[in-house]
Amino acid sequence: MLTYWLTNGFDRKAQIVTAVLVALAIVVPLGSLLPPDDSVLHISTYQVTLFGKYLTYALLALAVDLVWGYCGILSLGHGAFFALGGYACGMYLMRQIGTRGVYADPVLPDFMVFLNWKDLPWFWYGFDMAWFAFLMVILVPGLLAFVFGWFAFRSRVTGVYLSIITQAMTYALLLAFFRNDMGFGGNNGLTDFKDILGYSIQSPGTRAGLFAASALFLAFFFVVASALTRSKLGKVLVAVRDAESRTRFIGYRVEHYKLFVWTLSAVMAGVAGALYVPQVGIINPSEFDPAASIEAVIWVAVGGRGTLVGALIGAVVVNFGKTWFTGMLPELWLFALGGLFVIVTLFLPTGIVGLFARLKSLRKPPVAPVAVANQSGGAS
Amino acid sequence: MSEKAEGSILYLDEVSVSFDGFRAINKLSLVLEPGEMRAIIGPNGAGKTTMMDIITGKTRPDSGDVLYDGKVDLTTLDEAGIARLGIGRKFQKPTVFESHTVEDNIELALKARRGTWATLFHRRSRSEQVRIDELLQTIRLSDKRDLLAAKLSHGQKQWLEIGMLLAQEPRLLLVDEPAAGMTDAETAETAILLKEIAKTQSVVVVEHDMTFVRDLGVKVTVLHEGSVLAEGPLDQVSANPKVIEVYLGR
Ligand SMILES: Nc1ncnc2c1ncn2[C@@H]1O[C@H](COP(=O)(O)OP(=O)(O)OP(=O)(O)O)[C@@H](O)[C@H]1O
Ligand SMILES: [Mg+2]
Repeated sequence: MLTYWLTNGFDRKAQIVTAVLVALAIVVPLGSLLPPDDSVLHISTYQVTLFGKYLTYALLALAVDLVWGYCGILSLGHGAFFALGGYACGMYLMRQIGTRGVYADPVLPDFMVFLNWKDLPWFWYGFDMAWFAFLMVILVPGLLAFVFGWFAFRSRVTGVYLSIITQAMTYALLLAFFRNDMGFGGNNGLTDFKDILGYSIQSPGTRAGLFAASALFLAFFFVVASALTRSKLGKVLVAVRDAESRTRFIGYRVEHYKLFVWTLSAVMAGVAGALYVPQVGIINPSEFDPAASIEAVIWVAVGGRGTLVGALIGAVVVNFGKTWFTGMLPELWLFALGGLFVIVTLFLPTGIVGLFARLKSLRKPPVAPVAVANQSGGAS
Repeated sequence: MSEKAEGSILYLDEVSVSFDGFRAINKLSLVLEPGEMRAIIGPNGAGKTTMMDIITGKTRPDSGDVLYDGKVDLTTLDEAGIARLGIGRKFQKPTVFESHTVEDNIELALKARRGTWATLFHRRSRSEQVRIDELLQTIRLSDKRDLLAAKLSHGQKQWLEIGMLLAQEPRLLLVDEPAAGMTDAETAETAILLKEIAKTQSVVVVEHDMTFVRDLGVKVTVLHEGSVLAEGPLDQVSANPKVIEVYLGR
């Protein structure tokens, strides 16, 4: 059953993406660790970390595409799941600091000592263990998404209204995490990490390992998403996107399907956040900023919605642009991003992937169009 | 509840529904026997589509009973639950899944388990493939199976939707204006198809096209302002002065 499911999902697109990501997971760490620093083949730790960050963004974009591209749920709050996964990972990293903090408290992170706290809050328990933290990376975003989706989808909130409440959700979390007494480091967030799984977080080897992990997790989730969208369930999702009430009238409980894909997508975003934090070295409430969630949607739109691979391409291309722009003309980046979104929406509704598909079909001799009688004006 | 419901496939009693104070359905009563085909006619806005909305769970009635199979209270179920009981519906405006192929449209409608896990790990069986092929033949879209549904003509979409309805293997079919937008030839064929279906299933069909209704040759119910104005063979109701006044005499 599972083998059929995976082989059916492992189509040419998934094969290529997996091959590229696995190759990257091998080549980039080698290029970073083996050649001497002055070699042309050398990849600097800065670059490894930067590309690794792009890959975690790509995973976030994949999560957004799964719900938006395939099921029509325009989430403007996926950054919340990403940030929660990031915080879960950050809490683990904080507990690894131990006595090396400024106040050298063996248990309490610096910001708690600073706040004059005497004991570790209960919700920090267990985060000194990697397996527990990883479980939370999955459970916390997954549970929040499940509860949120349970109420939203059951009461049939759709379209713009749903998008607005996803924004409200991430905004509420932004405000909550800003507060010092929440116990997550307030506006400074969590930072000054030292080790991950016993390895120094700054060392080139660890950076290379984190990069490889990001690439492999992305490949794994890509295959899962591909298998899912190619299954009959994937067809039901597209049916919901195109004609929700019709899907109900042939007997599908639409809310269950939405809840399933929504929760899975949140987990993917959470894992992306958890991979992001050790690479950038900090997690703070700005990750909950509604603008961050909107940016993720733009990546998907630019790459090509509903194609999976477009999400990856869009995330990487836009973020390359962002890195370049913020280096050159930082104050213009938001205008460039906004302009890009307008251009894509108006002229490239199918994104970069759609553009390539069109170019490809232009080069091939046109296939004889299938005769379609059209007595009454076609689509209504 | 009433004994009159016993033995019927569909039973509506004194059903009313208002939209912002406007009574779209007003004390509507209707009984359909198993295996019966019934034609519903009535002027625009008579409440024909709203009646189907009530039966299929899209609209909740303010009062009255809606029973399926003489006992199942449809007013407490959701659309998916009602569909799973074996009530299928074709919409007035043809709605198919535009970005799916014709074949996938049929597959999605095919009678099968509807749960999330069941569909996630679903694998098309031999018998399902045979059934899909048969249905495509019936609706004459075999050669269009790989075409996106969006590319079909209006009449073809109507047929695809009828195919999807059949794929569900419902016991009761509600068909809203199946001949709208069809050529005369297609309309005649649709009448033949519906009569074929009615041999084994119960059917309620709404239609404005009188030739079509005559072709069906079944009992007719005339709706007007949300309630039943007349009921009987077409010749009899079309001779009814009240019917002539509100509907045929315009
Ligand atoms: N959801 C709704 N909200 C408000 N009014 C509605 C709603 N649904 C139907 N109506 C109104 O109820 C009345 C009956 O509409 P209905 O669609 O059932 O008519 P119909 O008999 O199917 O007409 P037609 O032949 O044009 O399809 C109309 O006046 C319509 O405007
Ligand atoms: Mg109608």
